[in-house]
Amino acid sequence: MQQINLELFGLFFASIFTGNILLTNYLGMCSFLGASREVKTAFGLGLAVTLVMGITTPLCWLVYYLILKPYDLYYLRFIIFIIVIAAFVQVAEICIERISEKLYHNLGIFLPLITVNCAILGACLFMEIRHYNFAQSVVYGFGSGIGWMLAVIAMAGIRQKMAKSRVPQPLAGAGIVLIIAGIMAIAFTGFSGVL
Amino acid sequence: MIEIVIAIAICCAITVSLTLIILLAEVTIGNYGECIISINDGARELKIDGGQTLLACLNEAEIYIPSACGGKGSCGLCTLQVTRGAGDYLPTELPWISEERRKENYRLACQIKVKNDLEIIIPESCFLVREVTAEVVAITDLTHDIKEVRLKLPVDSDIVFKAGQFMQIKTPKYKLCDEPVYRAYSISSSPDDETGLEFMIRLVPNGICTTYVHQFLNVGDMVTVNGAHGEFFLQDSERDIICIAGGSGMAPIMSILLDMRYRGIKRKVTYFFGAMTKRDLFYLDELKQLEKDLDDFTFIPALSQPKPEDNWQGETGLITEVIERNMTDGSNSEAYLCGSPGMINACVNVLTGKKVPEDQIYYDKFG
Repeated sequence: MQQINLELFGLFFASIFTGNILLTNYLGMCSFLGASREVKTAFGLGLAVTLVMGITTPLCWLVYYLILKPYDLYYLRFIIFIIVIAAFVQVAEICIERISEKLYHNLGIFLPLITVNCAILGACLFMEIRHYNFAQSVVYGFGSGIGWMLAVIAMAGIRQKMAKSRVPQPLAGAGIVLIIAGIMAIAFTGFSGVL
Repeated sequence: MIEIVIAIAICCAITVSLTLIILLAEVTIGNYGECIISINDGARELKIDGGQTLLACLNEAEIYIPSACGGKGSCGLCTLQVTRGAGDYLPTELPWISEERRKENYRLACQIKVKNDLEIIIPESCFLVREVTAEVVAITDLTHDIKEVRLKLPVDSDIVFKAGQFMQIKTPKYKLCDEPVYRAYSISSSPDDETGLEFMIRLVPNGICTTYVHQFLNVGDMVTVNGAHGEFFLQDSERDIICIAGGSGMAPIMSILLDMRYRGIKRKVTYFFGAMTKRDLFYLDELKQLEKDLDDFTFIPALSQPKPEDNWQGETGLITEVIERNMTDGSNSEAYLCGSPGMINACVNVLTGKKVPEDQIYYDKFG
Protein backbone atom coordinates (compact mmCIF):
# COMPACT_ATOMS: atom_id res chain seq x y z
CA MET A 1 0.00 0.00 0.00
CA GLN A 2 2.70 2.37 1.09
CA GLN A 3 4.70 1.45 -1.97
CA ILE A 4 1.78 2.32 -4.25
CA ASN A 5 1.32 5.65 -2.51
CA LEU A 6 4.99 6.45 -2.90
CA GLU A 7 4.87 5.46 -6.55
CA LEU A 8 1.89 7.74 -7.17
CA PHE A 9 3.59 10.57 -5.34
CA GLY A 10 6.66 10.04 -7.48
CA LEU A 11 4.57 10.22 -10.63
CA PHE A 12 2.83 13.35 -9.36
CA PHE A 13 6.14 15.03 -8.61
CA ALA A 14 7.64 13.94 -11.91
CA SER A 15 4.70 15.21 -13.93
CA ILE A 16 4.97 18.61 -12.27
CA PHE A 17 8.73 19.09 -12.30
CA THR A 18 11.07 16.64 -14.00
CA GLY A 19 8.66 15.65 -16.76
CA ASN A 20 6.88 19.00 -17.03
CA ILE A 21 4.70 18.66 -20.11
CA LEU A 22 5.35 22.23 -21.18
CA LEU A 23 9.07 22.47 -20.60
CA THR A 24 10.19 18.95 -21.50
CA ASN A 25 7.73 18.16 -24.29
CA TYR A 26 7.10 21.73 -25.41
CA LEU A 27 3.36 21.10 -25.62
CA GLY A 28 0.77 23.86 -25.24
CA MET A 29 3.21 26.49 -26.48
CA CYS A 30 0.80 28.82 -28.24
CA SER A 31 -1.37 29.52 -25.21
CA PHE A 32 1.82 29.60 -23.13
CA LEU A 33 3.18 32.42 -25.30
CA GLY A 34 -0.17 34.18 -25.60
CA ALA A 35 -1.37 34.12 -22.00
CA SER A 36 1.88 34.71 -20.17
CA ARG A 37 1.82 38.49 -20.32
CA GLU A 38 0.11 38.90 -16.96
CA VAL A 39 0.21 36.74 -13.86
CA LYS A 40 -3.56 37.02 -13.33
CA THR A 41 -4.42 35.79 -16.82
CA ALA A 42 -1.77 33.09 -16.58
CA PHE A 43 -3.25 31.89 -13.30
CA GLY A 44 -6.79 31.73 -14.75
CA LEU A 45 -5.67 29.84 -17.82
CA GLY A 46 -3.43 27.57 -15.75
CA LEU A 47 -6.33 26.70 -13.48
CA ALA A 48 -8.54 25.93 -16.48
CA VAL A 49 -5.84 23.70 -18.00
CA THR A 50 -5.37 21.86 -14.69
CA LEU A 51 -9.10 21.25 -14.37
CA VAL A 52 -9.53 20.04 -17.94
CA MET A 53 -6.34 17.95 -17.98
CA GLY A 54 -7.07 16.42 -14.58
CA ILE A 55 -10.51 15.26 -15.65
CA THR A 56 -10.06 14.45 -19.33
CA THR A 57 -6.99 12.23 -18.82
CA PRO A 58 -8.89 9.67 -16.66
CA LEU A 59 -11.97 10.18 -18.85
CA CYS A 60 -9.93 9.23 -21.90
CA TRP A 61 -8.48 6.31 -19.90
CA LEU A 62 -12.01 4.99 -19.38
CA VAL A 63 -12.95 5.45 -23.02
CA TYR A 64 -9.71 3.85 -24.19
CA TYR A 65 -9.67 0.81 -21.92
CA LEU A 66 -13.42 0.17 -21.79
CA ILE A 67 -14.36 0.85 -25.41
CA LEU A 68 -11.45 1.25 -27.81
CA LYS A 69 -9.12 -1.49 -26.58
CA PRO A 70 -11.65 -4.34 -26.26
CA TYR A 71 -12.65 -3.76 -29.90
CA ASP A 72 -9.05 -3.30 -31.02
CA LEU A 73 -9.73 0.24 -32.15
CA TYR A 74 -6.63 1.85 -30.66
CA TYR A 75 -5.98 3.66 -33.97
CA LEU A 76 -9.09 5.76 -33.36
CA ARG A 77 -7.65 7.16 -30.15
CA PHE A 78 -6.58 10.51 -31.62
CA ILE A 79 -9.98 11.46 -32.95
CA ILE A 80 -11.90 10.02 -30.03
CA PHE A 81 -9.71 11.74 -27.45
CA ILE A 82 -10.20 15.08 -29.23
CA ILE A 83 -13.96 14.60 -29.27
CA VAL A 84 -14.03 13.65 -25.58
CA ILE A 85 -11.95 16.70 -24.64
CA ALA A 86 -14.06 19.07 -26.73
CA ALA A 87 -17.30 17.71 -25.31
CA PHE A 88 -16.01 17.91 -21.75
CA VAL A 89 -14.90 21.52 -22.20
CA GLN A 90 -18.30 22.43 -23.60
CA VAL A 91 -20.19 20.85 -20.71
CA ALA A 92 -17.76 22.30 -18.16
CA GLU A 93 -18.33 25.77 -19.58
CA ILE A 94 -22.11 25.44 -19.36
CA CYS A 95 -21.86 24.20 -15.75
CA ILE A 96 -19.40 26.84 -14.58
CA GLU A 97 -21.45 29.63 -16.13
CA ARG A 98 -24.47 28.38 -14.22
CA ILE A 99 -22.78 27.72 -10.88
CA SER A 100 -20.87 30.92 -10.31
CA GLU A 101 -20.54 34.07 -12.31
CA LYS A 102 -17.32 34.95 -10.57
CA LEU A 103 -15.76 31.60 -11.38
CA TYR A 104 -16.95 31.94 -14.97
CA HIS A 105 -15.31 35.35 -15.33
CA ASN A 106 -12.04 34.09 -13.88
CA LEU A 107 -11.91 30.65 -15.43
CA GLY A 108 -14.80 29.99 -17.79
CA ILE A 109 -13.77 32.49 -20.43
CA PHE A 110 -10.50 30.58 -20.89
CA LEU A 111 -12.16 27.22 -21.46
CA PRO A 112 -12.96 27.62 -25.17
CA LEU A 113 -9.33 28.64 -25.73
CA ILE A 114 -7.98 25.33 -24.49
CA THR A 115 -10.28 22.95 -26.32
CA VAL A 116 -7.62 22.55 -28.94
CA ASN A 117 -4.65 22.84 -26.60
CA CYS A 118 -2.14 20.20 -27.64
CA ALA A 119 -0.87 19.77 -24.06
CA ILE A 120 -4.25 18.31 -23.10
CA LEU A 121 -4.31 15.85 -25.96
CA GLY A 122 -0.63 15.19 -25.24
CA ALA A 123 -1.36 14.21 -21.64
CA CYS A 124 -4.09 11.80 -22.78
CA LEU A 125 -1.78 10.21 -25.34
CA PHE A 126 1.14 9.88 -22.88
CA MET A 127 -1.27 8.20 -20.47
CA GLU A 128 -1.90 5.57 -23.12
CA ILE A 129 1.69 5.23 -24.39
CA ARG A 130 3.05 4.79 -20.87
CA HIS A 131 0.35 2.24 -19.94
CA TYR A 132 -0.79 4.06 -16.81
CA ASN A 133 -3.55 2.52 -14.73
CA PHE A 134 -6.61 4.55 -13.75
CA ALA A 135 -5.18 5.92 -10.49
CA GLN A 136 -1.98 6.85 -12.27
CA SER A 137 -3.89 8.60 -15.04
CA VAL A 138 -5.71 10.75 -12.45
CA VAL A 139 -2.45 11.67 -10.74
CA TYR A 140 -0.65 12.22 -14.03
CA GLY A 141 -3.46 14.39 -15.44
CA PHE A 142 -3.62 16.71 -12.43
CA GLY A 143 0.16 16.73 -12.03
CA SER A 144 0.73 17.74 -15.64
CA GLY A 145 -1.91 20.45 -15.35
CA ILE A 146 -0.29 21.86 -12.22
CA GLY A 147 3.11 21.67 -13.93
CA TRP A 148 1.78 23.60 -16.93
CA MET A 149 0.22 26.20 -14.63
CA LEU A 150 3.45 26.56 -12.67
CA ALA A 151 5.48 27.13 -15.83
CA VAL A 152 3.05 29.66 -17.31
CA ILE A 153 2.81 31.62 -14.04
CA ALA A 154 6.59 31.65 -13.67
CA MET A 155 6.91 32.90 -17.23
CA ALA A 156 4.26 35.59 -16.67
CA GLY A 157 6.15 36.77 -13.58
CA ILE A 158 9.38 36.96 -15.55
CA ARG A 159 7.69 38.78 -18.43
CA GLN A 160 6.12 41.31 -16.09
CA LYS A 161 9.55 42.01 -14.59
CA MET A 162 11.01 42.14 -18.07
CA ALA A 163 8.43 44.63 -19.37
CA LYS A 164 10.60 47.59 -18.50
CA SER A 165 13.94 46.12 -19.52
CA ARG A 166 15.52 46.79 -22.88
CA VAL A 167 15.30 43.68 -25.02
CA PRO A 168 17.26 43.79 -28.31
CA GLN A 169 14.79 44.62 -31.09
CA PRO A 170 15.09 41.37 -33.10
CA LEU A 171 14.44 39.31 -29.95
CA ALA A 172 11.49 41.29 -28.61
CA GLY A 173 8.22 39.39 -28.15
CA ALA A 174 8.10 35.67 -28.82
CA GLY A 175 11.88 35.41 -29.42
CA ILE A 176 12.98 36.28 -25.90
CA VAL A 177 10.10 34.26 -24.41
CA LEU A 178 11.28 31.13 -26.21
CA ILE A 179 14.84 31.70 -25.01
CA ILE A 180 13.58 32.11 -21.43
CA ALA A 181 11.44 28.98 -21.83
CA GLY A 182 14.59 27.10 -22.86
CA ILE A 183 16.48 28.31 -19.80
CA MET A 184 13.50 27.40 -17.60
CA ALA A 185 13.48 23.92 -19.13
CA ILE A 186 17.15 23.48 -18.21
CA ALA A 187 16.36 24.70 -14.68
CA PHE A 188 13.52 22.21 -14.35
CA THR A 189 15.77 19.29 -15.31
CA GLY A 190 17.68 20.18 -12.15
CA PHE A 191 14.85 18.48 -10.27
CA SER A 192 15.63 15.17 -11.90
CA GLY A 193 17.95 13.97 -9.13
CA VAL A 194 15.44 14.69 -6.37
CA LEU A 195 13.45 11.50 -6.71
CA MET B 1 -15.06 -5.48 -43.56
CA ILE B 2 -16.86 -6.10 -40.30
CA GLU B 3 -14.03 -4.37 -38.47
CA ILE B 4 -14.59 -1.16 -40.42
CA VAL B 5 -18.30 -1.28 -39.67
CA ILE B 6 -17.62 -1.75 -35.96
CA ALA B 7 -15.11 1.12 -35.98
CA ILE B 8 -17.56 3.45 -37.66
CA ALA B 9 -20.39 2.35 -35.39
CA ILE B 10 -18.37 2.91 -32.22
CA CYS B 11 -17.05 6.23 -33.45
CA CYS B 12 -20.59 7.38 -34.22
CA ALA B 13 -21.93 6.02 -30.95
CA ILE B 14 -19.34 7.93 -28.92
CA THR B 15 -19.90 11.15 -30.87
CA VAL B 16 -23.67 10.91 -30.66
CA SER B 17 -23.68 10.14 -26.95
CA LEU B 18 -21.34 13.06 -26.24
CA THR B 19 -23.51 15.36 -28.35
CA LEU B 20 -26.54 14.17 -26.40
CA ILE B 21 -24.76 14.93 -23.13
CA ILE B 22 -23.99 18.47 -24.35
CA LEU B 23 -27.56 19.00 -25.51
CA LEU B 24 -28.86 17.67 -22.21
CA ALA B 25 -26.57 20.03 -20.33
CA GLU B 26 -27.77 22.91 -22.45
CA VAL B 27 -31.47 22.30 -21.88
CA THR B 28 -31.12 21.48 -18.18
CA ILE B 29 -28.15 23.38 -16.75
CA GLY B 30 -27.89 26.00 -19.47
CA ASN B 31 -31.62 26.74 -19.54
CA TYR B 32 -32.35 30.05 -17.87
CA GLY B 33 -36.08 29.91 -18.52
CA GLU B 34 -38.14 32.89 -19.52
CA CYS B 35 -36.60 36.23 -18.64
CA ILE B 36 -38.18 39.66 -18.69
CA ILE B 37 -36.29 42.69 -19.96
CA SER B 38 -37.86 45.88 -18.70
CA ILE B 39 -36.99 48.87 -20.89
CA ASN B 40 -37.00 52.51 -19.69
CA ASP B 41 -38.72 51.96 -16.32
CA GLY B 42 -41.29 49.55 -17.63
CA ALA B 43 -42.27 51.56 -20.71
CA ARG B 44 -41.85 48.34 -22.63
CA GLU B 45 -41.33 44.76 -21.54
CA LEU B 46 -39.80 41.93 -23.51
CA LYS B 47 -40.31 38.28 -22.64
CA ILE B 48 -37.49 36.20 -24.03
CA ASP B 49 -35.81 32.84 -23.56
CA GLY B 50 -32.68 33.33 -21.46
CA GLY B 51 -29.21 32.34 -22.59
CA GLN B 52 -28.76 34.72 -25.53
CA THR B 53 -26.91 38.02 -25.49
CA LEU B 54 -28.83 41.18 -24.70
CA LEU B 55 -28.00 42.59 -28.13
CA ALA B 56 -29.46 39.55 -29.87
CA CYS B 57 -32.62 39.71 -27.74
CA LEU B 58 -33.15 43.39 -28.57
CA ASN B 59 -32.51 42.80 -32.26
CA GLU B 60 -35.06 40.01 -32.22
CA ALA B 61 -37.58 42.44 -30.77
CA GLU B 62 -36.69 44.84 -33.62
CA ILE B 63 -34.97 47.31 -31.33
CA TYR B 64 -31.77 48.08 -33.17
CA ILE B 65 -28.84 49.13 -31.01
CA PRO B 66 -25.91 50.32 -33.12
CA SER B 67 -23.15 47.73 -33.43
CA ALA B 68 -20.45 47.81 -36.06
CA CYS B 69 -18.62 44.59 -35.24
CA GLY B 70 -21.58 42.23 -35.18
CA GLY B 71 -21.43 41.44 -31.45
CA LYS B 72 -17.77 40.52 -31.11
CA GLY B 73 -17.00 43.15 -28.49
CA SER B 74 -14.56 44.96 -30.73
CA CYS B 75 -16.35 48.21 -31.64
CA GLY B 76 -17.83 49.38 -28.34
CA LEU B 77 -20.89 50.92 -30.02
CA CYS B 78 -23.65 48.86 -28.39
CA THR B 79 -23.38 50.53 -24.97
CA LEU B 80 -26.55 50.97 -22.97
CA GLN B 81 -27.48 51.33 -19.31
CA VAL B 82 -28.35 48.13 -17.45
CA THR B 83 -29.67 49.21 -14.07
CA ARG B 84 -30.41 45.78 -12.64
CA GLY B 85 -29.47 42.16 -13.18
CA ALA B 86 -26.31 42.29 -15.30
CA GLY B 87 -23.73 41.18 -12.71
CA ASP B 88 -20.08 42.15 -12.73
CA TYR B 89 -18.25 43.73 -15.64
CA LEU B 90 -16.63 41.24 -18.00
CA PRO B 91 -12.98 41.70 -18.98
CA THR B 92 -14.18 42.12 -22.57
CA GLU B 93 -16.30 45.14 -21.61
CA LEU B 94 -13.72 47.09 -19.64
CA PRO B 95 -11.73 48.61 -22.54
CA TRP B 96 -14.92 50.25 -23.89
CA ILE B 97 -16.45 51.70 -20.76
CA SER B 98 -14.77 54.50 -18.83
CA GLU B 99 -14.70 54.70 -15.02
CA GLU B 100 -17.40 57.41 -15.09
CA ARG B 101 -19.70 55.50 -17.40
CA ARG B 102 -19.29 52.43 -15.19
CA LYS B 103 -20.79 54.41 -12.30
CA GLU B 104 -23.85 55.01 -14.49
CA ASN B 105 -24.10 51.25 -15.22
CA TYR B 106 -23.23 51.46 -18.90
CA ARG B 107 -22.61 48.00 -20.39
CA LEU B 108 -21.84 46.40 -23.74
CA ALA B 109 -25.08 44.79 -24.90
CA CYS B 110 -23.26 42.20 -27.02
CA GLN B 111 -21.32 40.82 -24.04
CA ILE B 112 -24.12 40.47 -21.51
CA LYS B 113 -25.96 37.17 -21.48
CA VAL B 114 -29.54 37.36 -20.35
CA LYS B 115 -29.75 34.85 -17.50
CA ASN B 116 -32.33 36.58 -15.31
CA ASP B 117 -34.69 39.55 -15.41
CA LEU B 118 -32.99 42.78 -16.51
CA GLU B 119 -33.82 46.45 -16.31
CA ILE B 120 -32.28 48.56 -19.04
CA ILE B 121 -32.40 52.14 -20.24
CA ILE B 122 -32.00 52.94 -23.93
CA PRO B 123 -32.38 56.28 -25.70
CA GLU B 124 -35.86 56.91 -27.12
CA SER B 125 -34.22 57.40 -30.53
CA CYS B 126 -33.47 53.66 -30.65
CA PHE B 127 -37.20 53.00 -30.98
CA LEU B 128 -37.18 55.09 -34.16
CA VAL B 129 -34.56 52.88 -35.74
CA ARG B 130 -35.92 50.83 -38.63
CA GLU B 131 -34.49 48.07 -40.77
CA VAL B 132 -35.33 48.08 -44.47
CA THR B 133 -34.19 46.27 -47.58
CA ALA B 134 -33.57 48.73 -50.38
CA GLU B 135 -32.54 48.51 -54.01
CA VAL B 136 -29.19 49.85 -55.22
CA VAL B 137 -30.04 52.30 -57.99
CA ALA B 138 -26.62 53.84 -58.65
CA ILE B 139 -22.96 53.24 -57.90
CA THR B 140 -20.68 56.11 -58.90
CA ASP B 141 -16.90 56.42 -58.70
CA LEU B 142 -16.10 59.60 -56.77
CA THR B 143 -12.32 59.02 -56.70
CA HIS B 144 -10.05 56.05 -57.40
CA ASP B 145 -11.01 54.50 -54.05
CA ILE B 146 -14.34 56.07 -53.04
CA LYS B 147 -17.68 54.99 -54.45
CA GLU B 148 -21.01 56.66 -53.94
CA VAL B 149 -23.88 54.22 -53.48
CA ARG B 150 -27.49 55.30 -53.81
CA LEU B 151 -30.30 53.18 -52.39
CA LYS B 152 -33.94 53.59 -53.31
CA LEU B 153 -36.10 53.26 -50.20
CA PRO B 154 -39.31 51.23 -50.37
CA VAL B 155 -42.45 53.38 -50.51
CA ASP B 156 -43.63 52.35 -47.05
CA SER B 157 -40.29 52.90 -45.29
CA ASP B 158 -40.43 55.41 -42.45
CA ILE B 159 -36.72 55.95 -41.92
CA VAL B 160 -36.06 59.37 -40.44
CA PHE B 161 -32.63 60.77 -39.76
CA LYS B 162 -30.85 63.95 -38.79
CA ALA B 163 -28.14 65.25 -41.10
CA GLY B 164 -24.86 63.70 -39.90
CA GLN B 165 -26.23 60.40 -38.55
CA PHE B 166 -25.20 56.99 -39.84
CA MET B 167 -26.87 53.78 -40.98
CA GLN B 168 -25.66 50.21 -40.63
CA ILE B 169 -25.25 48.31 -43.86
CA LYS B 170 -25.66 44.55 -43.70
CA THR B 171 -22.98 42.69 -45.63
CA PRO B 172 -24.27 39.25 -46.60
CA LYS B 173 -22.21 36.10 -46.30
CA TYR B 174 -19.50 36.04 -48.97
CA LYS B 175 -15.86 34.98 -49.32
CA LEU B 176 -14.56 37.42 -46.68
CA CYS B 177 -17.16 36.69 -43.99
CA ASP B 178 -18.87 33.49 -42.85
CA GLU B 179 -21.92 35.24 -41.49
CA PRO B 180 -23.73 38.50 -42.24
CA VAL B 181 -22.09 41.50 -40.56
CA TYR B 182 -23.17 45.09 -40.06
CA ARG B 183 -20.90 48.05 -40.70
CA ALA B 184 -21.67 51.70 -40.01
CA TYR B 185 -21.63 54.37 -42.76
CA SER B 186 -22.68 58.01 -42.57
CA ILE B 187 -25.52 59.12 -44.80
CA SER B 188 -24.41 61.71 -47.35
CA SER B 189 -27.81 62.62 -48.76
CA SER B 190 -30.12 65.23 -47.28
CA PRO B 191 -32.82 64.24 -44.76
CA ASP B 192 -35.44 65.86 -46.99
CA ASP B 193 -34.69 63.34 -49.74
CA GLU B 194 -37.31 60.79 -48.72
CA THR B 195 -36.91 58.54 -51.72
CA GLY B 196 -33.41 57.34 -51.09
CA LEU B 197 -30.18 57.25 -49.11
CA GLU B 198 -26.65 57.91 -50.33
CA PHE B 199 -23.35 56.74 -48.87
CA MET B 200 -19.69 57.41 -49.68
CA ILE B 201 -17.68 54.24 -49.21
CA ARG B 202 -13.90 54.15 -49.40
CA LEU B 203 -12.21 50.86 -50.20
CA VAL B 204 -10.28 49.61 -47.16
CA PRO B 205 -7.89 46.74 -48.05
CA ASN B 206 -9.54 43.53 -46.77
CA GLY B 207 -12.42 45.54 -45.24
CA ILE B 208 -15.41 43.20 -45.16
CA CYS B 209 -18.13 45.65 -46.18
CA THR B 210 -16.01 47.99 -48.30
CA THR B 211 -14.64 45.11 -50.39
CA TYR B 212 -18.17 43.83 -50.82
CA VAL B 213 -19.43 47.23 -51.98
CA HIS B 214 -16.48 47.88 -54.29
CA GLN B 215 -16.15 44.45 -55.87
CA PHE B 216 -19.43 42.58 -55.58
CA LEU B 217 -22.30 45.05 -55.27
CA ASN B 218 -24.15 45.88 -58.48
CA VAL B 219 -26.95 48.19 -59.46
CA GLY B 220 -30.22 46.33 -58.95
CA ASP B 221 -29.00 44.35 -55.92
CA MET B 222 -30.94 44.54 -52.67
CA VAL B 223 -29.18 45.79 -49.53
CA THR B 224 -30.44 45.68 -45.95
CA VAL B 225 -29.78 48.76 -43.83
CA ASN B 226 -30.87 49.86 -40.38
CA GLY B 227 -30.76 53.22 -38.69
CA ALA B 228 -30.48 55.99 -38.19
CA HIS B 229 -27.94 55.94 -35.39
CA GLY B 230 -25.48 58.32 -33.80
CA GLU B 231 -25.11 61.47 -31.79
CA PHE B 232 -23.25 63.30 -34.56
CA PHE B 233 -25.70 65.73 -36.17
CA LEU B 234 -26.20 69.46 -36.70
CA GLN B 235 -27.02 71.15 -33.39
CA ASP B 236 -29.64 73.88 -33.01
CA SER B 237 -27.69 77.04 -32.23
CA GLU B 238 -26.64 80.33 -33.78
CA ARG B 239 -22.91 79.66 -33.60
CA ASP B 240 -20.52 79.62 -36.56
CA ILE B 241 -19.83 76.16 -37.96
CA ILE B 242 -16.44 74.64 -38.75
CA CYS B 243 -16.42 71.32 -40.61
CA ILE B 244 -13.27 69.23 -41.00
CA ALA B 245 -13.26 65.99 -42.98
CA GLY B 246 -11.25 64.36 -45.73
CA GLY B 247 -12.03 61.49 -48.10
CA SER B 248 -15.24 59.61 -47.40
CA GLY B 249 -15.52 61.61 -44.16
CA MET B 250 -17.24 64.17 -46.37
CA ALA B 251 -20.47 62.11 -46.22
CA PRO B 252 -22.02 63.49 -43.00
CA ILE B 253 -20.74 67.01 -43.77
CA MET B 254 -22.38 66.91 -47.20
CA SER B 255 -25.64 65.86 -45.57
CA ILE B 256 -25.38 68.74 -43.09
CA LEU B 257 -24.69 71.28 -45.86
CA LEU B 258 -27.58 70.04 -48.01
CA ASP B 259 -29.86 70.12 -44.98
CA MET B 260 -28.85 73.72 -44.24
CA ARG B 261 -29.69 74.72 -47.80
CA TYR B 262 -33.08 72.98 -47.61
CA ARG B 263 -33.98 74.51 -44.26
CA GLY B 264 -32.61 77.95 -45.16
CA ILE B 265 -30.20 78.06 -42.24
CA LYS B 266 -28.07 81.20 -42.50
CA ARG B 267 -25.17 80.38 -40.19
CA LYS B 268 -21.54 80.95 -41.20
CA VAL B 269 -19.88 77.69 -42.32
CA THR B 270 -16.25 76.91 -43.17
CA TYR B 271 -15.41 73.45 -44.49
CA PHE B 272 -11.77 72.29 -44.43
CA PHE B 273 -11.26 69.29 -46.72
CA GLY B 274 -7.90 67.52 -46.53
CA ALA B 275 -6.59 65.32 -49.34
CA MET B 276 -3.20 64.12 -50.55
CA THR B 277 -3.27 64.92 -54.27
CA LYS B 278 -5.72 66.35 -56.75
CA ARG B 279 -7.08 62.93 -57.64
CA ASP B 280 -8.43 62.60 -54.08
CA LEU B 281 -10.69 65.63 -54.50
CA PHE B 282 -14.33 65.18 -55.48
CA TYR B 283 -17.72 66.93 -55.43
CA LEU B 284 -16.00 70.23 -56.25
CA ASP B 285 -18.83 71.45 -58.50
CA GLU B 286 -21.51 70.62 -55.95
CA LEU B 287 -19.57 72.41 -53.23
CA LYS B 288 -19.07 75.45 -55.48
CA GLN B 289 -22.82 75.51 -56.05
CA LEU B 290 -23.39 75.28 -52.29
CA GLU B 291 -21.05 78.27 -51.82
CA LYS B 292 -23.43 80.24 -54.04
CA ASP B 293 -26.63 78.87 -52.50
CA LEU B 294 -25.75 79.15 -48.84
CA ASP B 295 -25.52 82.55 -47.17
CA ASP B 296 -21.99 82.36 -45.84
CA PHE B 297 -20.20 79.16 -46.80
CA THR B 298 -16.48 78.81 -47.56
CA PHE B 299 -14.99 75.59 -48.86
CA ILE B 300 -11.25 75.25 -48.25
CA PRO B 301 -9.70 72.19 -49.90
CA ALA B 302 -6.06 71.53 -49.03
CA LEU B 303 -3.55 69.11 -50.57
CA SER B 304 -0.83 67.64 -48.38
CA GLN B 305 1.28 66.24 -51.23
CA PRO B 306 0.30 68.07 -54.46
CA LYS B 307 2.05 66.74 -57.58
CA PRO B 308 3.63 69.16 -60.09
CA GLU B 309 1.08 68.09 -62.73
CA ASP B 310 -1.77 68.97 -60.34
CA ASN B 311 -1.04 72.70 -60.91
CA TRP B 312 -2.48 73.29 -57.48
CA GLN B 313 -3.06 76.95 -56.57
CA GLY B 314 -4.96 76.38 -53.32
CA GLU B 315 -3.93 75.59 -49.76
CA THR B 316 -1.19 73.05 -49.13
CA GLY B 317 0.04 71.21 -46.06
CA LEU B 318 -1.54 69.10 -43.36
CA ILE B 319 -5.14 69.96 -42.57
CA THR B 320 -4.12 71.06 -39.06
CA GLU B 321 -1.66 73.60 -40.53
CA VAL B 322 -4.34 74.90 -42.91
CA ILE B 323 -6.81 75.38 -40.05
CA GLU B 324 -4.12 77.13 -38.04
CA ARG B 325 -3.53 79.59 -40.92
CA ASN B 326 -7.16 80.23 -41.85
CA MET B 327 -8.91 80.43 -38.53
CA THR B 328 -9.00 83.29 -36.05
CA ASP B 329 -11.00 83.29 -32.82
CA GLY B 330 -13.19 80.18 -32.48
CA SER B 331 -14.90 80.97 -29.18
CA ASN B 332 -18.28 81.44 -30.89
CA SER B 333 -17.93 78.37 -33.11
CA GLU B 334 -18.90 74.75 -33.04
CA ALA B 335 -16.97 72.14 -34.99
CA TYR B 336 -17.97 68.95 -36.82
CA LEU B 337 -15.15 66.47 -37.49
CA CYS B 338 -15.20 63.18 -39.34
CA GLY B 339 -12.14 61.04 -39.96
CA SER B 340 -9.57 58.72 -38.46
CA PRO B 341 -8.88 58.87 -34.70
CA GLY B 342 -5.41 60.33 -35.35
CA MET B 343 -6.73 63.14 -37.53
CA ILE B 344 -9.52 63.93 -35.07
CA ASN B 345 -7.21 64.09 -32.06
CA ALA B 346 -4.83 66.41 -33.93
CA CYS B 347 -7.70 68.67 -35.08
CA VAL B 348 -9.25 68.82 -31.59
CA ASN B 349 -5.89 70.11 -30.29
CA VAL B 350 -5.76 72.85 -32.94
CA LEU B 351 -9.40 73.82 -32.37
CA THR B 352 -9.07 74.07 -28.60
CA GLY B 353 -5.97 76.21 -29.25
CA LYS B 354 -8.26 78.49 -31.28
CA LYS B 355 -10.59 78.69 -28.23
CA VAL B 356 -13.35 76.45 -29.59
CA PRO B 357 -14.95 75.06 -26.37
CA GLU B 358 -14.35 71.30 -26.15
CA ASP B 359 -18.02 70.49 -25.59
CA GLN B 360 -18.83 72.20 -28.89
CA ILE B 361 -16.55 69.89 -30.90
CA TYR B 362 -18.56 66.99 -32.30
CA TYR B 363 -16.93 64.09 -34.10
CA ASP B 364 -17.40 60.71 -35.75
CA LYS B 365 -14.25 58.62 -35.37
CA PHE B 366 -13.69 55.77 -37.75
CA GLY B 367 -10.65 53.51 -37.95
